[in-house]
Amino acid sequence: MRRGTIGSLLSPGGIFGLIVVGTAVVCAGFASQLSQQNPFDLVQLSVADSQLPPGSLGSNGIVYWLGSDDQGRDIVSAILYGLRISLLVAIASTSIAFVLGTSIGLSAAYAGGWLDLVFMRLADIQLAFPGILIALVLLSVLGSGIDKVVIAIVAVQWAYYARTARSVAIIERSKEYILAAQSLRFSAARIIFSHLLPNSLSALSVVVIVQIAGGIALEATLSFLGMGLPITQPSLGLLIANGYTSMLSGEYWLSFYPGFVLLLLLVGINLIGERLRELNDPRESL
Amino acid sequence: MFLYTVIRLGQGALLLLAMSVLVFVAIYAIGNPITMLINPSSPQEVIDETIRRLGLDQPLYVQYLRFLAQAVQGNLGVSYISSQPALRLIVERFPATLELTLTAMTIASVIGIPLGLVAGYRPNSPLGRAIGTISIIGISLPSFWIGLMLITIFSIRFGILPTGGRGQTASILGFESSLFTRNGWSHIVMPAINLCFFPMAMIIRLTRAGVRENITSNHIRYARAKGLSSTRILFGYILPSISIPLITVLGIVFGVLLAFGVVTETVFAWPGIGKLIIEAIRTGDRPIIIAYLLFTVLLFALINLAVDILCAIIDPRISLSGAR
Amino acid sequence: MSSKVISLSSNAVLDIRNLRTEFPSAEGVVVAVNDVSLSVGPGEIVGIVGESGSGKSALAYSILGLIDAPGRITAGSIKFRGQELAGLEEAELRGVRGNRIAIIFQDPMTSLHPLLRIERQMIDAIAAHRKLSRADARGEAIAALTKVGIAAPEQRLRAYPHQLSGGTRQRVAIAIAMINKPDLIIADEPTTALDVTTQAQIIREMKSLCAASGTALVWITHDLAVVSEMADAVAIMYAGSIVETGTVQEVLDSPAHPYTAGLLASVPARNRGAKRLSQIPGSVQSATGVSGCAFAPRCSRSTAECDAVPALMPGSDGRKLRCFNPLPAIADARLGAAQ
Repeated sequence: MRRGTIGSLLSPGGIFGLIVVGTAVVCAGFASQLSQQNPFDLVQLSVADSQLPPGSLGSNGIVYWLGSDDQGRDIVSAILYGLRISLLVAIASTSIAFVLGTSIGLSAAYAGGWLDLVFMRLADIQLAFPGILIALVLLSVLGSGIDKVVIAIVAVQWAYYARTARSVAIIERSKEYILAAQSLRFSAARIIFSHLLPNSLSALSVVVIVQIAGGIALEATLSFLGMGLPITQPSLGLLIANGYTSMLSGEYWLSFYPGFVLLLLLVGINLIGERLRELNDPRESL
Repeated sequence: MFLYTVIRLGQGALLLLAMSVLVFVAIYAIGNPITMLINPSSPQEVIDETIRRLGLDQPLYVQYLRFLAQAVQGNLGVSYISSQPALRLIVERFPATLELTLTAMTIASVIGIPLGLVAGYRPNSPLGRAIGTISIIGISLPSFWIGLMLITIFSIRFGILPTGGRGQTASILGFESSLFTRNGWSHIVMPAINLCFFPMAMIIRLTRAGVRENITSNHIRYARAKGLSSTRILFGYILPSISIPLITVLGIVFGVLLAFGVVTETVFAWPGIGKLIIEAIRTGDRPIIIAYLLFTVLLFALINLAVDILCAIIDPRISLSGAR
Repeated sequence: MSSKVISLSSNAVLDIRNLRTEFPSAEGVVVAVNDVSLSVGPGEIVGIVGESGSGKSALAYSILGLIDAPGRITAGSIKFRGQELAGLEEAELRGVRGNRIAIIFQDPMTSLHPLLRIERQMIDAIAAHRKLSRADARGEAIAALTKVGIAAPEQRLRAYPHQLSGGTRQRVAIAIAMINKPDLIIADEPTTALDVTTQAQIIREMKSLCAASGTALVWITHDLAVVSEMADAVAIMYAGSIVETGTVQEVLDSPAHPYTAGLLASVPARNRGAKRLSQIPGSVQSATGVSGCAFAPRCSRSTAECDAVPALMPGSDGRKLRCFNPLPAIADARLGAAQ
């Protein structure tokens, strides 16, 4: 990373992104402390408070700032918990995809030959297809459930990491310090992880940020379509889906607020990713 | 060029074959082979009879060959739900998807390309920055949520547009399209706009990147050195340079539209193949899933071929007959 | 060969004084053009000689205001026929570019647009400055191509750059440069990418074309042999500064600056019979934070004086020199083997 990268993140967009994402992470982390009620604890719900518009005072003394759904759940609390699930799933998936994809990419670059050819062809073919299609197909075969969703997201994302890692590693591979390490008989694994990896990190960091956003969006879409997370672990996407039917009766808040939060989160992450990309691009003038 | 096309079609056929093997193995190895061709809710005797008749007790490669033999005759199985041939269902529904996709792509290009050009040429101007921000919002929008909000505002609140479905179609010169009727327009407006945000943002970003890359190149500097005006340089010199990557992008956009179309068609109940596949996945209607996959692979291969041919036409340095 | 002295008179076509162009970078400010002063008279051919990194291209771009941000001209003046170009409005600069001052780049394969026909590119060059009908513009283009010695010009017009040979492409670039009858042409290493035979042809043709139309020519190169063949006067550039000027005969026969002497000594033709090619030790240092004479680290004649930056001083014979320890003027100063 270049000197002062953290400081350079402070473009207007970058600042906004950092604030949004920071807030989201804090909210998600302290969801149980911050929410007025646990929306999944049926004991705390009161059906009498169902379908209240935003700002209403409920029978149990809670103010439903963003309204309540047909089971009496406070939308604010539901969003906070949903945020946590959305973030966890996306971060877990992208972490696995990062490890898997980067290992494949670096190894392919280092080994060269047919290993490189096969894996990169595979990655290329996969990258030619939009992620949603791949995820849908996989889920149709695998079934539903949180672990299947993670597998699907990993399957979509590994190719981005593999391609990026490989591009950087190919350039690094021919540099002198790698030749020096090889002549010193370092093992391949050691060269890959101690030498090639650190130099790929700045390019990969951009991919990570973008893919987290992509993972959140993908999971939300899948959940909306009913193929993602189960009802017991409602992410923001599922919340929006649940509000779909109530829309026609004018209860917009069920879908609007979770969706708006999702939008803000994605914009924030993408702004950070954009700023990182600008910093990494040698062509951009200072 | 003829030879080139033939070779590429051959490659596409090979890819299709490879995909069919992949799909077949996946469904058979991971899924339940019995449910592949037989409706699981049929009575047991029918199931046993069908197993014997369809040779499901045969080894895998034999089954695959039978599948292949059926496939080249156009028989990709029969839908459990509607008992109609899977391939026919897909072909029937495809025009609706195509219409929606092309409409969205046109909107995305007509707005996106000029915006991208401006943002690339003057990236630090207020307009350039604004366009950049718009493009980031565009790629972050959860399309299903935007669709819902559009329906809430325009259909429910204001009641000026229908909540879903495709409008009436009319035929002009043998082409049937709902764009030719007023009713059709009212139905296609929201889904098309909903569908075009993400591709538009993509087009803006890629066009901008293309312009940025070209602007420091020698031939643009030379054009400036000849005293040409900014407009002339932008449209006469930079635009041709980026038209090749642009066409490639449009090919990708088409694929993205097909994918996102799945969501939009669901939200707006648009009767295309996207809605079909979602229903099929939900109900476990395997023949449709397989047919859809193979159809999509074929479509992508054809799009790639079209993109390559177009690029070769535009760039005089690429010759199709010889090496590229 | 004429022995015109570089004219300092007021009818100079180009008069650069103390030009300074800087490029901010992550490592500090790079001064690509450092206090350059140069003068070109009408119809005169001036060679600018320097190795890569000497700032010659930056100088060419600076004259036409083609320096890309964040680089910029920070000091000095560029007077073209009395009009100040440095800091001129873009719209006015455009009127000068390709019209009164034309430029030829090094590699026509990268400067001509690969996707446009020659015809398009030539007509654009005309249309940017004059209102002509399509037919008239086309006629001028054909005439221009014929003048530079291209056969079958109508067919060449319809061609794409990659379909032409290197020599033909560069001739097209020359035709484009001359099509609006400029007062000055700046040629940035126009023959470096060509083979020796074509190079010789192009040099001859350019010389006669410029003589016939009275166009002044600034020929930027690293090749002393080219300069000796075609230029009237020469300026030697090192690390962004002009270190020596004079007529070609003066500078090449009796160089005063140690760098010039080193350049001459390393020309293969002068080293016949020698066992090793004479080389200037070291390499051009990066132009950031230079203190003292830039050439001092590589100079065999440097002394403690050279810790200060020498100024470009005019001599009694009209030559200029930037050095504290110039070579003594020897009547028969031919270094290396006799020719």
